[in-house]
Amino acid sequence: MRALLSELKRALCIAEKDLKEYYLKPPTISWGLVFPFTFALAFTLRGRSGPWLAPSLITLSLFFGSTSMSAASIVFERRMGSFERLLLYPISYTGIVFGKVLSSFFFGLLSSSATFAIIWMMFLIKPCYPLLLVVSIIGATFQFSALGVLLSFAVKDPSQAMTVFNSVRLPMMFLCGLIIPFSRLPPWLRYVSLLLPPTYATESIKYAFAGSYELLPPTIAIVSTYISFVIILYVTAYFIKRSIP
Amino acid sequence: MMPKMNAKLSSGSYAIEVKNLVKFYGDFQAVRGISFKVAWGEVFGFLGPNGAGKTTTVKMLCGLAKIDGGNARVAGYELPRELKKAKGVIGVVPDISNLYAELSCIDNLVFAARMYGINKKESKKRAYELLEFFGLKEKAKAKFKALSKGLKRKLTLAAALVHNPKILFLDEPTLGLDVKSKRSVWRLIRKLNSNGLTVFLTTHNISEAFELCHRIAIIDKGLIVARGSPAELRKQFAASEAVEVSFAPSPPIQAISGLPGISHAHRSGESIIIVASDIALAVESLARFARERGLKLNYIASKGVEAEEVFLKILGESVAERA
Repeated sequence: MRALLSELKRALCIAEKDLKEYYLKPPTISWGLVFPFTFALAFTLRGRSGPWLAPSLITLSLFFGSTSMSAASIVFERRMGSFERLLLYPISYTGIVFGKVLSSFFFGLLSSSATFAIIWMMFLIKPCYPLLLVVSIIGATFQFSALGVLLSFAVKDPSQAMTVFNSVRLPMMFLCGLIIPFSRLPPWLRYVSLLLPPTYATESIKYAFAGSYELLPPTIAIVSTYISFVIILYVTAYFIKRSIP
Repeated sequence: MMPKMNAKLSSGSYAIEVKNLVKFYGDFQAVRGISFKVAWGEVFGFLGPNGAGKTTTVKMLCGLAKIDGGNARVAGYELPRELKKAKGVIGVVPDISNLYAELSCIDNLVFAARMYGINKKESKKRAYELLEFFGLKEKAKAKFKALSKGLKRKLTLAAALVHNPKILFLDEPTLGLDVKSKRSVWRLIRKLNSNGLTVFLTTHNISEAFELCHRIAIIDKGLIVARGSPAELRKQFAASEAVEVSFAPSPPIQAISGLPGISHAHRSGESIIIVASDIALAVESLARFARERGLKLNYIASKGVEAEEVFLKILGESVAERA
């Protein structure tokens, strides 16, 4: 228990350091606000209605914000050689990954709160299940942040990270129900969707807003979101271990 | 204030014990079964040319590279089994100054301290103590990226000391620094060692190793080819000794280089540097030369054996042995 607490403390230190160094800067914060606002405006101009738009917009800004931020900080640190410093401290690889996820998580929460405020002001929409929405957003933010960290370690050469990153992230965006509703996907593609972690987060957020679901019941969606987060955490820790020559 | 060191709390009879250490990168064997011991409180130098296996050895000892063969103990902890414990009592200064560019000096040090489990208040206190010790107090709020190369090196060194480590690993500590910054880092290393800190230093700078280290291991192509104190190495591998001499008026250099016992002579400002194959004979020849030509012998001083000469000789012999 004591060891776990000390790991958590160190992970929080990493998160605090990342927030100071990368996230809490005026350009990053404004990007976190401008991005959801631009998306909301774009979808509204295309005639999308509020009840459909709200969950998709929140999930989309979370997905883009959280995955980009965690990946950007790691890719930068790997290039500069400062990521190596974290490996010198008495903390496990899982602890390091959790610290990196936490910083992106806090930023994601800020960004999703801003998105929610924009949606509320534009459409006056209230979620059907507010508590479920909070639990879903927390799970989704953890999952997306971890996904960003995983992808930035899955590539050996940091300079190729963003190319690999977008080639994975963009298809995910179209297949997890964020932009195209599942009902419009061919049945075989829905099975592919079930293999993608963001599908579960999207489904639970949609249910919390609209009170109905397309592909998965909310309990399964939420539990799967949290389980997939833990799996991604450990897989990333394995990738770090593997990256040591 | 001088940072406190933990040398007296040391466990185990040696700070570092390495036996038959091996490292492969694919098919290439970077470290080929080296063994050495570092005593508590000493400055141990790992000297060798680029690509000799120095950094790889440090990386294995601090967990940045896997150990492919052999045994290693750091501060009494067996690697890799007790790596996390070992990490808690060592400080590492890598060959690049890799602190966080956007963080201030004080934030970088506080972060490092907190990663070793030190609470926020104590971390700040130690960080300010170290800034003072390293003469960086005025730069406390400056971002790391805004520091000069020399100051970046000093802060990276400070970050490795925040938790009062028992052993400090320094990988090429003065690489790329100007002479002034280099001397300043040397002074700091001596000061830290005099306060009880064990230092493991890698360098390709011969004078750095001979200036700072109590003992030196010379590594070439993954093998330790010689070891001993600087004096022992000089004695063991010396075939010639250097002498500095000054005459008035100064004679032509060709007249000196042909004298008995002298293998080479070159001018260095007002004086002449002589490499003597037989020091006694060379001094006798020089005195006779001055007397016969009616020159005034201003001074004659032994410069000992040039460190560079010893190093090159050892490397030359190791290549010949392998051939």
